[in-house]
Amino acid sequence: MKQRLDRDIIAARAAKELKDGDVVNLGVGIGTLCVNFIPPEKQVVFHSENGVYAFGRVLAKGEEDLMDLNLVNAGGQFVTPAPGMSICTFADAFDAVRTGRIDVTVLGAFQVSEKGDLANVVASEVGWIGTIGGAMEMASGVKKVIVVMPHTTAEGKPKILKECTFPLTATRCVDLIVTDVAVIEVTEEGLLLKELAPGWTVNEVQAITEPKLIISPDLKEIEL
Amino acid sequence: MKNKILNTFAEAVADIPHGASIMMSSWGTAGTPFNLILALQDHGARNLTYISQNIGGTHVIRQFPDKPGMTRYLDAMPYILLHSKQIKKVIVTWGRGTDRNPIEKMVNSGEVQAEIVPLGILVERMRIGGAGLQGFYTTTGVGTFYEKGKETKVIDGQKCILELPLRADFGFVRAYKADTLGNLVYRMTSRSINPLVAKASTVTIAEVDEIVEAGELDPECIITPGLHIDRIVKIPEGGLR
Repeated sequence: MKQRLDRDIIAARAAKELKDGDVVNLGVGIGTLCVNFIPPEKQVVFHSENGVYAFGRVLAKGEEDLMDLNLVNAGGQFVTPAPGMSICTFADAFDAVRTGRIDVTVLGAFQVSEKGDLANVVASEVGWIGTIGGAMEMASGVKKVIVVMPHTTAEGKPKILKECTFPLTATRCVDLIVTDVAVIEVTEEGLLLKELAPGWTVNEVQAITEPKLIISPDLKEIEL
Repeated sequence: MKNKILNTFAEAVADIPHGASIMMSSWGTAGTPFNLILALQDHGARNLTYISQNIGGTHVIRQFPDKPGMTRYLDAMPYILLHSKQIKKVIVTWGRGTDRNPIEKMVNSGEVQAEIVPLGILVERMRIGGAGLQGFYTTTGVGTFYEKGKETKVIDGQKCILELPLRADFGFVRAYKADTLGNLVYRMTSRSINPLVAKASTVTIAEVDEIVEAGELDPECIITPGLHIDRIVKIPEGGLR
């Protein structure tokens, strides 16, 4: 089996999509790793739905001295302040999401359909919906939705499907999918395969993707 | 002047009856009213309806497992009220269980009922409850499982679902400073949903780091006006803050 990209590389590729001046909300998981791949010349402002705009980075083990119990992100992780940080309530934070003030969100998914439907609430057709979180608002309110995920399930089944089988988070909301083998754009015409992980062929990626992929004339190897 | 300041958390929660609804913030260490939660457990009121973002997380220990004193917070998270079987219903957005948090097991066994709400809708229902309004329409959740059974209306060509307000009999608030009138300021993300809880509760109880005289807080910087606050308790030395 060919090598797949690791979580850091997926995050680095997704982070390349973030532009100078963008206001960005990162979902917990591979999404939050994006903060580590923003070059210093690019100013990206991070928003979190627990009511913080302009925070720095997630603290790591060994940085307990910098930790403030009163400053956490949406994942409950301790973060640093950034210059110009502002605080509001959860309700005010979601106002900004629903009114289109957030430019990009990077979040994980269980399944994505060829129309851009997103399923990231529960990994089961019938399971108890025990957790929803802020994903529904993010997916439907943020201007650009980037999904970061492994291309297939642990059992090797496709996660990019004609129709999602798991309960939907939101319909027709995903713009770009960055996986461990490919970068795929969701377009009106269908899924556009734009980049491949090193060593992967179109046929190999198509074999683990349910819908028929459109091949970009500019198809290239993933660049970071 | 009406005295809102009480000396102990036990007094502050003493009149909470069985069957009451309680609203509070729960988001890791930031803004969770740990001392009031511990007092409510000691008080023992049962059949409670619990309204919050979640029912306690273990982020703290995941990120800094060796940090001294961290387990004290884990032992005061709202899920301890599940351990003491005081809760009959939760209205939250995160209902995932952990080794310390039995929420999923208790819902599956039917011991606890759960209403799981998208986070943005949940906090807006609190805000509307605190605003004295009767509901709002949103496009969030349209076309998903969440829409099922909801009243809908087309507004500006978009299908929307009707959402109803949330209020509680008692609100637990965690703030940084109070003045003697009950005006509150918060610290960073500990603001959380605390200002919403203050307005959406019939009786609001605040636990604070510090109490100052009326007039000492900058009026422009007060986040929660004192008229929403009924009781204030200063967290004593050795309390969770």
